[in-house]
Amino acid sequence: MAHCHVAGTGLKNIPDGARKIVLAGNPNAGKSVFFNYFTGMYVDVSNYPGTTLEISHGRFGSDLIIDTPGVYGISSFNDEERIARDIILAADVVINVVDAVHLERDLFLTQQIIDTGVPVVVALNMVDEALKQGLKIDDDLLSDLLGVPVVPTVAVRKEGLEEVKKAIPCAGKGHVTPGLQKRLEHFLNRVGSQGEALLILEGDAAVAGRHGLEPENCREEIYLKRRERVNDVVRHVLLESTAGISLKNLLGRLMIKPLTGIPILLAALYLMYLLIGKFIAGTVVGITEETIMQGIYEPAVRGFTGRFVPADSVAGIILTGEFGVLTMTVTYVLGLLMPLVIGFYFFLSLFEDSGYLPRIATLVDRFLTYLGLNGRAIIPLILGFGCVTMATITTRLLASDRERRIAIILLGLTIPCSAQMGVIAGMLGGLGGQYVALYALVIFIVLVMTGTVLNTVLSGQPVALLIDLPPLRWPRLDNVLKKTANKSYSFLKEATPLFALGALLISVFQVTGVLAFLQDLLAPFTVGWLNLPKETATAFIMGIVRRDFGAAGLTGMALAPVQTVVALITITLFVPCIASILIIFKERSKGEAALIWGSSWVAAFLVGGIVAQLFTAFNPDGRLSGTVWVLFIFSGLALITAGVCRLFKKPGAGSIAG
Amino acid sequence: MTLDRIKRGQAFKIVSIPSETVRAQAIRFGINEGEEVYCEEVVPAGPVVIRKNRQMLALGRELARQIKIKPEK
Repeated sequence: MAHCHVAGTGLKNIPDGARKIVLAGNPNAGKSVFFNYFTGMYVDVSNYPGTTLEISHGRFGSDLIIDTPGVYGISSFNDEERIARDIILAADVVINVVDAVHLERDLFLTQQIIDTGVPVVVALNMVDEALKQGLKIDDDLLSDLLGVPVVPTVAVRKEGLEEVKKAIPCAGKGHVTPGLQKRLEHFLNRVGSQGEALLILEGDAAVAGRHGLEPENCREEIYLKRRERVNDVVRHVLLESTAGISLKNLLGRLMIKPLTGIPILLAALYLMYLLIGKFIAGTVVGITEETIMQGIYEPAVRGFTGRFVPADSVAGIILTGEFGVLTMTVTYVLGLLMPLVIGFYFFLSLFEDSGYLPRIATLVDRFLTYLGLNGRAIIPLILGFGCVTMATITTRLLASDRERRIAIILLGLTIPCSAQMGVIAGMLGGLGGQYVALYALVIFIVLVMTGTVLNTVLSGQPVALLIDLPPLRWPRLDNVLKKTANKSYSFLKEATPLFALGALLISVFQVTGVLAFLQDLLAPFTVGWLNLPKETATAFIMGIVRRDFGAAGLTGMALAPVQTVVALITITLFVPCIASILIIFKERSKGEAALIWGSSWVAAFLVGGIVAQLFTAFNPDGRLSGTVWVLFIFSGLALITAGVCRLFKKPGAGSIAG
Repeated sequence: MTLDRIKRGQAFKIVSIPSETVRAQAIRFGINEGEEVYCEEVVPAGPVVIRKNRQMLALGRELARQIKIKPEK
């Protein structure tokens, strides 16, 4: 059986007889550089069974290298840990990548892996940076104390990687945490594996269940012993001088104080806007979408398929029509989305690698707790301004299902994606400051109100922030680029079929006349309630397909400034694009996704209509007074909502973990 | 006193952390009950940032409210 399903790792296509060499380490320890160096180009990325996480594995000679998600320890605190745990338990050798700058933190995982009894090689990475920060580590002594080979490396500069390769045959079982051996042996006889024995002792219910056992309850006791052991090791091997960290420390502090942190964050976002909003969305997309895809690719495809199917036949419309699977989908994904997604992931990787991201999370934590989220949720919310579909996938990093639900609803309802923002900015730009403010504030108030209400009505408690703040460092470009490439690739791989499916659905609606029917259905609302011309209904319906289609559909119409703002508010709050909603259907239950979609219709028309009606009521002559009144009433509504929510909030709310 | 009342620059000892999950996570970062740590920063009404040696952790306000500490003189 050449290709079999290896029970322990859950991965397919693993040849018999191959040793499983597993890369493990804390987040941002530099594992990916090792993985790429060892495997070269032959890498397989697969979904880990039962989760939404992707695991890379590749050939290394006759052996197999498996990457694991970055974790601080292997228990069952989240999906990442569960996967890392199972892969490590099934490993023949573990290469543990340790960040030399964070020895105290990283060695906890090292010692836990050693305690599982698997042979380990430690790659002591980023020793150059440690030296720069005045940290000298005695790696020979570290090797003696741990009982496993320790190889100093600077992975990004390929230093020491060959030595790690050579050390793999020398990998050994290290010294188990003192006092643990006896207790492990007790279980070892019953379960046959030291690693599983350890996890059962540490109270891991899933591992215990596999053996029909009840988990023990010694996690804290073992953790404390292990921590004591690690601190002892660190005391012996680390020679520290504290020079050179003060400046970065100061900057790190400025980043989390609101007074300085908010301007720094705004500056970073402005930089993002210049690069992504101006350069990529303008110049780059102009070339990729218009010149290459619409100018060269689409005519070529139309010409080619035209030889086999007539362009105006049903098949022709589905393949190469307005929303053609071969035309719009490919142009949208490669010409428009890809450059933007790469741009956003580049900044995300930059923020992550430098240590800025957890500081942003700390800065905004207070605000996000009002919405039932914690600081970590800033990541999907920022990504939403790039692509809501991408951001919805990213909500997987949130700790609880409750937070994921809130974040997905907020993203779908209130965050305009970059494609749509481009059109919105163009239309608002000509109207003047008060209308820009009206649009932005109404959307923001809706975001806050929705979050506050959800936080009150959803059962459960918000999860409090607990996040590691690594020292700031200069991001390493090759690391950042590698991460950007990996993330962009796996997003496009996952999303492209959904964009194609969306295009297919819409083409079918178009051919069958459902689109025209919906437009007629909507018209009374747009005219009577939103005070907009009848044709705007078409724009809204187009918004079901792509958010920017909806907004762009408004540009050609003669609208008064107020009408423009009302239309833009409505289209922003309107349903997420077809790819996003398909992702939501995939990520959440069908009922919940349908509810989100349906409520977006209601919310969009409700809010848009209120703005329109208030404007008519309060704005007989002066233009500014209408804006002021609308904002005044919306702020009032927000305050009332906040007050009511506070009244209904369960006593003792707010809690723990994560 | 509880961690949310700490001031920046103050050293203190962690007396108790209420939740088992948080305790386990804190031990991984080397910041467990009985440890002497230092308050690096307090975001007004927001998270408290604590540090031990080179390890820094940000703890949400709600969590900080539930952690008992004893300030060092």
